[in-house]
Amino acid sequence: MSRVGWYRLAIVLAALAALEALSLSGVIDRITMQAPHLIVRDFFRLIVSGRMNAAIVKTLRNTLLALSLALSVGVVAGVLLHRARGLRETLDPLFATYYAVPVFAFYPFFIVVFGLGDLPQILIGFMLGVVAMIVNTLNGLDRVPAVLLKTARSLKLSAAQTALRVTLPAAAPYIVTGVKLAVAYAFIGVIGSEFILSRGGIGYEISFSYTNFDNATMYPLIVLILLASIAINAGLSRWELSLLERRGLR
Amino acid sequence: MSARWRGWRNALLLIAALLAIWQALYGWVGEAALASPLATLRYTVRMISSEDFAGHVYDTMRAFAIAFAFSVAIGLATGFWLGFQRVAGDTLEPMVVAVYAVPKLTLYPILLLAFGLGLSAKVAFGVIHGVIPIIVFTLSAVRNTKPILLKTGRVLGLSPGEMVRWILFPAAVPEIFTGLRVGFSLTLIGTLLAEMFASQRGLGYLLMTGIGLHNVEEILSVTLLIVVFAAVVSVLLLRIDHRLHRGAASGA
Repeated sequence: MSRVGWYRLAIVLAALAALEALSLSGVIDRITMQAPHLIVRDFFRLIVSGRMNAAIVKTLRNTLLALSLALSVGVVAGVLLHRARGLRETLDPLFATYYAVPVFAFYPFFIVVFGLGDLPQILIGFMLGVVAMIVNTLNGLDRVPAVLLKTARSLKLSAAQTALRVTLPAAAPYIVTGVKLAVAYAFIGVIGSEFILSRGGIGYEISFSYTNFDNATMYPLIVLILLASIAINAGLSRWELSLLERRGLR
Repeated sequence: MSARWRGWRNALLLIAALLAIWQALYGWVGEAALASPLATLRYTVRMISSEDFAGHVYDTMRAFAIAFAFSVAIGLATGFWLGFQRVAGDTLEPMVVAVYAVPKLTLYPILLLAFGLGLSAKVAFGVIHGVIPIIVFTLSAVRNTKPILLKTGRVLGLSPGEMVRWILFPAAVPEIFTGLRVGFSLTLIGTLLAEMFASQRGLGYLLMTGIGLHNVEEILSVTLLIVVFAAVVSVLLLRIDHRLHRGAASGA
């Protein structure tokens, strides 16, 4: 492990030790937060008992659905918009201000229209993710060097060959940035809307155990989400970095 | 055709298209699920002129203003520090970025338990949303300051304080402003989300009561107001942002 990696580990361990000390000495009382070692114990109990499996599966499934929708629609829309200059110019202000608008504010409306099933949560995850995907696809396509496209033309590549062998690889690092954001947003959208109002899922279970003062369930679930999102993000960041390095962009 | 005129035309086209989609959606799903744009506008006007409304807006804006002030102060200080200290920056930056990807809504119970119901929890929630982009953008702005500028500063024998005031800050302003712009919208989102769950006042609370009472017009009116406010401010900030970046590009 690199030097900064050790530093990072040390910081995390120090923070955990501090939390442990504060909890054991009673500065943080038990109702607010349990000591880290108890959270770890509860975490394993929760996983082993399997009573959260249904919620975990539901959240993961909905996140994956939202994500695949956001990715496919985002890439296709990005490619089409890259062709349609006028439309792109008109939509630019929408993209620029999109993330300033609280998308969760539309959630109640979706519930009214689609009922309290899975669809409203998937839609929120999709809506949060898709624009990041569109914007980054456009960004990637903008940055395909003109000389590569010229080479493709002089080699008389077909449109499909050009797309697969030239445009896609050249735009890939930026598209991966979009994927990374879309994953985070789909996760945030699904779990956030479960938390607001739903009939199941990890977000729902957290808010349920919170209202019941059930810290032994709430903290392990929060830890689970933290670990999952940080791990996924770290993996995608590594992939993004390696793609950038291969292109000599970093 | 001048760029400015085109910008206005695009904005108007977009608004018209969004209104048309809204109206079409209304025709499709019907009265129970959605109010027409006109009815929403009427309700919005009535809501704004009602007595309670100013109080709710005041509460939201106060929490938001305090949260944004904290986000900016903490974000700039941390960003400058991490930008300067190579090792600290390398160590902490990925950790900060990782926190950005966490669904922070799930941390809400912890914040509530720690801060209690009310203003401080709202502010804290706004800050954890808004502070991260400000840190990240400031950090990269400070790091990417051209070495020649720093060398010039050293040759002139500037103190660290003068270095920040006369070299780092002016050089980093465009990118820092981008961070502030993103931080602004995220702080607003955080504050509103906090109000939706644990608050007796504010726009987020109005939204939640609208859901509870199944008052479609109220849900849409509050959503509309939030969207319009967020969009107008972010367009203005975006314009300043572009101007700063252009200025930086031509000045360098």
